[in-house]
Amino acid sequence: MDDTVLELRRISKHYPGHRAVDGISLRVPRGALYTLVGPSGCGKTTTLRLIAGFEEPTSGELLLNGSRIEHLRPYQRNLSTVFQNYALFPHLTVRGNIEFGLRRRGDRHIEEPVRRVLELLRIAGKESRYPHQLSGGERQRVALARSLVLAPEVLLLDEPLSALDPQLRKQVRAELKNIQRGVGITFLMVTHDQEEALSVSDHIAVMNGGRLEQTGPPREIYLRPATRFTAGFLGAVNWIGGIGVRPESTRASTDAPPPEARSRQATVQSTTFLGNRYHVEVSFDGGARAVCEVPRNSHLFSPGQDVHLWWREEDEMRFPDQ
Amino acid sequence: MNRLRIWCLTPAGALLGGLFLIPLGITLAYSLMTRGPYGGVFSPFTWENYSRLADPLYAAILWRSALYAVTATTICLFMGFPLALFIARSGRRRNLYLSLVIVPFWTSFLVRTYAWMFLLRDTGLINSMLLAAGVIHQPLTLLYTPFAVILGLVYGYLPFMVLPIFATLERLDKSLVEASADLGAAPRATLRHVIIPLARPGIMAGSILVFISSLGAYLTPDLLGGGKTIMIGNLVQNQFTSARDWPFGAALSLILMLVVMGMLLPLRRQSGGML
Repeated sequence: MDDTVLELRRISKHYPGHRAVDGISLRVPRGALYTLVGPSGCGKTTTLRLIAGFEEPTSGELLLNGSRIEHLRPYQRNLSTVFQNYALFPHLTVRGNIEFGLRRRGDRHIEEPVRRVLELLRIAGKESRYPHQLSGGERQRVALARSLVLAPEVLLLDEPLSALDPQLRKQVRAELKNIQRGVGITFLMVTHDQEEALSVSDHIAVMNGGRLEQTGPPREIYLRPATRFTAGFLGAVNWIGGIGVRPESTRASTDAPPPEARSRQATVQSTTFLGNRYHVEVSFDGGARAVCEVPRNSHLFSPGQDVHLWWREEDEMRFPDQ
Repeated sequence: MNRLRIWCLTPAGALLGGLFLIPLGITLAYSLMTRGPYGGVFSPFTWENYSRLADPLYAAILWRSALYAVTATTICLFMGFPLALFIARSGRRRNLYLSLVIVPFWTSFLVRTYAWMFLLRDTGLINSMLLAAGVIHQPLTLLYTPFAVILGLVYGYLPFMVLPIFATLERLDKSLVEASADLGAAPRATLRHVIIPLARPGIMAGSILVFISSLGAYLTPDLLGGGKTIMIGNLVQNQFTSARDWPFGAALSLILMLVVMGMLLPLRRQSGGML
């Protein structure tokens, strides 16, 4: 897995008065599902467009299999993009859309690869429909099929799930990962949804303000975030005297906490029923607040009650840089 | 609401009903009557005005009109499409360029056609400059030629081609062009396989507008053409004035209208509702 397929070296894209992407370096391992995640306006989509070739970098190098590609036009790069709005050709059928890239490449034998990709994405039988005759999920699968059939070195996906309704999103998320495993093609995905990033990715790069905050496997960056921004972006954080603790690692009890635990005195403010769990909101003497997540069947707290708020040392997130 | 709708329709409805349908009926009636010695019409009814269209003299004029209209439409298409594409991709300057296309409409078409006469005649600007530069030693005959007529038609109707094509290209989703490049299509392949097919309604609408306007053109061949470049429009005018043959003029007008409608109806659908 230390085989790099795509590498960005100090890539920047500056617009007048605005640095959309500011010196990003990263390596995408071959065969991985790699995700760029960050809030809107963090430069993740611009980064994807730079890789695809729709934008030219102000400076920096792009390497595909070790060769520089930043000077190549999009149609000269062996990459393919699944657009956020899918960008299916409305005047072509499903088959026409899927064959488009193969025909431009001048491939002679296109029947077999098209048949296979239609089956893989379960759109066989819909070949002669036009995009406007398809559901949102089907359109997305056609967009995927159209790119996958070209077997690109890297498949670029721009917010691939954002156009789907929330019900479908989780299902397609799992499917996307299965497809990626099945075909073995490297996926580079952009999303603003941290849960989506954590659940499907092998590797995550967190972006903020045009810069890279941190890269690593999902578990590592969630549990050991390098910056306060990463910690807060990937999930809720209780800030207790300079250190961070996630709500699910924070406990509340009326009894004394275990001797090895770190603890603070707090007062319960309110409890919120969330179906499978409760959120207990507490406040400290100074007025600061924290949330701890407790199981539904555990002891219930009432507002005004004094409690011990405690957590284990290994669950603390420290940020020496700040 | 329904009363308001009726009121909205009334002024235009009255105008079209009174000044279009009634004259059309009169024209139809005239076309079936016999000419009077000093203009006007007489019964008895006859089909003769229509059968005269088979006369080689008139058939040649009809054929020439169609040829000029097709030529002007083709030239407008090959000039208008790249121009529309350029304007659609001009970003902030788009509105400036678009108004430059429309600006000629602010001046009378008659005045602009006269201007072409001054440019094209033997002592006109073009010949004077070419003579002064020593490129030619005798003035070129430009005015009163088929060249001048087609030039006038292209000049006059080019905006009718550019505007509908621009409208379709402006609506074209930019990500489709990116997707095409992304799937390996070089710019020329993208033009052929994505942009032109998607601009088809505008291309059809523009071509129909230019063709119909050219086919019925009267002023341009009258001013820029000579006796050998007469088109249907001039023929119709002749019948009602110097030839004093109102029934034949009426028959010619109706035939022109039927030809245009016959072409328009099947092509309308392809213009995607633009016409």
